[in-house]
Amino acid sequence: MTDERASPIRIQTEVSSKASQTSLAGAVPAIVADKLNLSYGTNHVLHDISMEIEERRVTAFIGPSGCGKSTFLRCFNRMNDLIDNVTISGKLQVRGLDINAPTVDVIEVRRRVGMVFQKSNPFPKSIYENVVYGLRIAGISDRATLDAACEKSLRGAALWDEAKDRLNDSALGLSGGQQQRVCIARAIAVEPEIVLMDEPCSALDPIATLKIEELIYSLKNSYTIVIVTHNLQQAARVSDQTAFFWLGKLVEMGPTAQMFTNPSEKLTEDYITGRFG
Amino acid sequence: MTSTLPKKRARPAGESLVWFTASALGLCLLMIGGLIAVILTNGLGFFWPRPLVLFSLKDGSKRLAEISAHEGIPNPGRLDHLVNKRTLLKVGNRDLLAADFEWVNDADIVQREEPKEAWFVERREYGPFLGFPVRLNEAGKEIATTSSAVAALLPSRLRTADHDRAAIRHLEKDEIGIINMRIERARLATKSLDARALRDPRGPDQKGERDRLAAQVASEQQVYAARQEELAKVVEKAAARTLVLRSASGEEKELRLLDIFRAYPANRLSWLERASIYAGRLGGFLWDDPREANTEGGIFPAIFGTVMMVFLMTLVVVPTGVLAALYLREYAAQSVLVRIVRIAVNNLAGVPSIVFGVFGLGFFVYTIGGSIDRAFYQDALPTPTYGTGGILWAALTLALLTVPVVIVASEEALSVVPRSIREASLALGATKFQTLLRVVLPSAAPGILTGLILAMARGAGEVAPLMLTGVVKLAPDLPLDGFFPFFHLDRKFMHLGFHIYDVGFQSPNVEAAKPMVYMTTIFLLLIVVLLNLTAIIVRNRLRRRFQTSAF
Repeated sequence: MTDERASPIRIQTEVSSKASQTSLAGAVPAIVADKLNLSYGTNHVLHDISMEIEERRVTAFIGPSGCGKSTFLRCFNRMNDLIDNVTISGKLQVRGLDINAPTVDVIEVRRRVGMVFQKSNPFPKSIYENVVYGLRIAGISDRATLDAACEKSLRGAALWDEAKDRLNDSALGLSGGQQQRVCIARAIAVEPEIVLMDEPCSALDPIATLKIEELIYSLKNSYTIVIVTHNLQQAARVSDQTAFFWLGKLVEMGPTAQMFTNPSEKLTEDYITGRFG
Repeated sequence: MTSTLPKKRARPAGESLVWFTASALGLCLLMIGGLIAVILTNGLGFFWPRPLVLFSLKDGSKRLAEISAHEGIPNPGRLDHLVNKRTLLKVGNRDLLAADFEWVNDADIVQREEPKEAWFVERREYGPFLGFPVRLNEAGKEIATTSSAVAALLPSRLRTADHDRAAIRHLEKDEIGIINMRIERARLATKSLDARALRDPRGPDQKGERDRLAAQVASEQQVYAARQEELAKVVEKAAARTLVLRSASGEEKELRLLDIFRAYPANRLSWLERASIYAGRLGGFLWDDPREANTEGGIFPAIFGTVMMVFLMTLVVVPTGVLAALYLREYAAQSVLVRIVRIAVNNLAGVPSIVFGVFGLGFFVYTIGGSIDRAFYQDALPTPTYGTGGILWAALTLALLTVPVVIVASEEALSVVPRSIREASLALGATKFQTLLRVVLPSAAPGILTGLILAMARGAGEVAPLMLTGVVKLAPDLPLDGFFPFFHLDRKFMHLGFHIYDVGFQSPNVEAAKPMVYMTTIFLLLIVVLLNLTAIIVRNRLRRRFQTSAF
């Protein structure tokens, strides 16, 4: 562990080699949280959350508004760093790396853990520049590489056929659903290991939502996906695992089918059946 | 119990406020429109060639003049107050009559006619000459002795005079100018040798160097003499062509064609010819140097100085202001100190501009400029190079004056860049700096440009601080020319705002200066509008690129 801390770059290579070995061996957790606590100032938001998120699975976080599921999600790529007064305790390992350790390069973490936000937020640039943004800031400027990555990512986000003739048009001219898919393409262009999705469909119409869900389904072959959603049907449709949060605590986590048919906690059952919330 | 809907009121609440707000806007528009109308009506007619009228007065004397104004004679408290009229005549011929404007009571006028032979002659000195052509001389011979013969020959001879003037100008400005510059450099080099010898009396032998410089000066002076001779020959030849005119009072005056810029028979012109004279005068006003204590000629050096000064100011104020705003908004912790700094910056915009002028003089000119002179221009002292007002110091002073505008506008623009796109960039592994440079700044660019537009408008119209930091009434050289190092930031310059003040209020010839003031104002307004339009077009381009869509 001390060796790994000394060189974050080496961690990456070790972790990825470890990952390639273990993926053959079977499901090894991509993310491990152990007694994670988080407070905004004196406001204690997350209480002792421990969970394991499996690799190349879709994990859904459900729960009422304000229960801390988005906050928990934003711990995985340290987006909570942007907020003042946040204190985090407990352990959070992303593919074996303790990401809250002081020696960890947060830029590297965010490169390996991509994120798609609730409201589509394309940059005020062309579609092409949006998709290759992550590569450009990583210092890649070779046109052929960028072109290839752009096409691959847009195909991956099921947007290539719609966007291939207008790559140089502003991304802001696209529809809401297309914009969200540009954001997904942008996130997967840097080839992250994990993709976080924070209510990616909450601002979309049902047809656009369906497209994104199909996309999530196809992406899970290559990425570990964690999705926060308020839409219980969506969680049931796309996820393999579901975690239910309640007032900053993890109430229950298990395979989706079991969670929705036979939850072990009364609270979960009440929420899923709509008795409150 | 029955409830009834309240009756519809005759006038919805707040309706009268609409009228109130609209009338406030109307008032503003009226003031601005009135100002522009006054400037345009007084300025634009100035260059139109008006007919020349020959007045015969009761005392038997005659005046040939353009009618400049017509008004009632004030006699307050009496019955005939403003009843009798008088006319302001632009009689020209200042060398003969002492004043080129004259009030004449209408009661004294016996007869008015518009003689076909009357000519209006614009010349280099003493304002225009109004009279009748008599003779045209060339190389000691009379080549035309009747009015019509002169009229036939004059245009081609005036074109020759134009070429002569250009040749003389080339000799004086370019060739002799370069020689002067080289001699001055040699003089400075000699001075620096003197200074070195004084500091270190037993230093290396300077004889070779001194001899070389002396030889250079001698040879340059030889070339100088040759050029002077050449110039004298050209001038002598050109000066032999003269036009003799007779004034209304019968005096004859011989004018060198070299000194005549334009001549036209004012009462025989067609509309087209008048329009072409108008265009020619307007063009001359735009492109020529001023003459006759700025009351005649053009304003080109002032236009050039204004634009260059504004560009220099922009070059300084935009990076400084934007970087300051970036730090204040993006990096500094939002503490009490930062809030105080922000308030201080805002208040800086309210400091009277003359205070900035005094600061610029004390700090930029005397302190920094003086230090530069002592460090790099020792040889030229006691003549200051940077230690006196110049376009660089004026631009820096104005940059200081306008930087609060840019900071406030940039901060505003940065604060409305949505948090979501910053997060998107950070989540992709961008550093804060990369996010600022690639996402935040481009999105904020239209707002920053708005600040720039405000700063430019303020900078171009400012006069008071410039008077202390480098503006002059008449600058012999532009701050940009063909001599190394091309940009002469130490040079004093002319400025349209100061030109208005100088021509309008410091001029000995008020009547001649009045229309010049209006015309200069028009061009100052035009330049501000043009600069702003450029910035607005750029801003709209950026807006179209960075507009946020609503889905």
